[in-house]
Amino acid sequence: MKTLQEAQSEVIEDFSMYDEWLDKYEYLIDLGHRLPPFPEELKTEDRLIKGCQSRVWLDTTLEDGNLVFRADSDAIITKGIISLLVGVYSGRPAAEIAADDFSFVDRLGLRENLSPTRAGGLASMIATIRETARKYV
Amino acid sequence: MTQVEKIRQEFPELGERVYGKPLVYLDNAATSQRPLSVIRKWTEMSEKYNANLHRAVHRIADLATAEYESTRDAVRDFLNAGSREEIIFTSGATASINLVAFSFGEAFVHAGDEIVVGEAEHHSDIVPWQMLCERKGAVLKVLPVDERGRLCIERLPELLTERTKLLCVAHISNVLGIVSPVKEIVNICHSRNCAVLVDGAQGIVHEGVDVRDLGCDFYAFSGHKLYAAPGTGVLYGRRELLDQMPPYMGGGEMIGTVRWSGTTYAPLPQKFEAGTQNIAGTPTLRPAIEMAEAMRDPAVLENMEAIKSFMLNRLRSDKRIRLFGDPTDDKDKIPLFSFSVEHLHHEDLALILDKMGVAVRSGQMCAEPLMDRFGVTGMLRVSFAPYNTLQEAEYLMDSLERAIKMLEG
Repeated sequence: MKTLQEAQSEVIEDFSMYDEWLDKYEYLIDLGHRLPPFPEELKTEDRLIKGCQSRVWLDTTLEDGNLVFRADSDAIITKGIISLLVGVYSGRPAAEIAADDFSFVDRLGLRENLSPTRAGGLASMIATIRETARKYV
Repeated sequence: MTQVEKIRQEFPELGERVYGKPLVYLDNAATSQRPLSVIRKWTEMSEKYNANLHRAVHRIADLATAEYESTRDAVRDFLNAGSREEIIFTSGATASINLVAFSFGEAFVHAGDEIVVGEAEHHSDIVPWQMLCERKGAVLKVLPVDERGRLCIERLPELLTERTKLLCVAHISNVLGIVSPVKEIVNICHSRNCAVLVDGAQGIVHEGVDVRDLGCDFYAFSGHKLYAAPGTGVLYGRRELLDQMPPYMGGGEMIGTVRWSGTTYAPLPQKFEAGTQNIAGTPTLRPAIEMAEAMRDPAVLENMEAIKSFMLNRLRSDKRIRLFGDPTDDKDKIPLFSFSVEHLHHEDLALILDKMGVAVRSGQMCAEPLMDRFGVTGMLRVSFAPYNTLQEAEYLMDSLERAIKMLEG
């Protein structure tokens, strides 16, 4: 398995291949479509990430000492964004996730290209992943 | 150069580019763009006439007061109100409605009384009434809309009782874009001794408003949707009612005399204008009204009609699209279209349209109860102003098609 740094660098590299924002969105949409199906029964109130304009669910389980994230959203671009985060952080020890500063998200340039309300949604997703990891440490 | 092209040149924002693409601004129902005449007046108020109103004897204060008070006359004429005392300046439609909810409520609403609001109202015409009902122990009732978005006014007679004190309805819904039959509503309500407040936030932009012809008791609107500065607004109220209503806020120019033993209040309209007013912003209503009147030019109206029929044709003939607010008579519709696209989320569509240079609105449009009514989490809304062109409408629909293809993957 790739290290956290490697996984982050890979996403930054993939993302930087596209100059146009429309193409970056196309990449996110593709990521969204590729996210494994999320069981309907897991779409509960307590799995909803608060502060997002569209609904985003995050499910966490502990497997062999690692946190495994599964996620879904009713909006496909948001689903792409959470998919990107899940791809980087899922399957890693809680302590490693909790210790990360999530600054790779800034290097994607994603934040400044989302409107403030949606950047707020992104911040909520990051905060939820981080808090979840801290709870398991 | 067409009339519309000439008008566009007056609006600097319309010449902006976003992500390297020309801006196509179709979120006019949220806020309109501002013409140079408004921007200049706004600046001029800071450069030449900056003084507080009414109170001082110095020259600049006189000039500032003259600017402010002549704006009141312009608004009176624009609305065809009976007198300038019936024009109260506020910070916007929300503030106007809250003023009525408090002051009318204090004067006329008691425990067990009823308030009726339309089902398609903006939150600003719902929440103040809920707060009033909470405060007074009054009952809030809803006048429903049908599947096409038409207000069911045939239900009105059964909704009104002798306890109904006020009915509140949008002149034009900010989601459905349908013109309410205000005159008919007023006639029914007045025959039952119920007053009528009209939320004119959208109506003032699209319909020539004559408050005496409409017969309503209150008409509220915001300046920023009518090309004026933000933080400006108007409440028209019938004098007979305003006279009986206590002030909303205390302080500033709303007083007669202040003694420890008690305070008397200023006459209308100052009674309702507490504190320092929006001295730079409110005078922009005058050039804004002039612009609104210039936009009633037949060539401009024809352009709006062409956009409306193009949009209605395209939206109605597309099986993937569900249009909310689809009246049987197109005359009742303004060029404001809220819709959803089968299987796709409104937010995704808005995000991609944005990257194509098209500014639209997605979400609940400050009308959650109406979203529930139609069983959706939100909608996509495009709202046109008289300065928009048919080419922009065509670009929107081409972009929408591209966005749908991208999202379906």
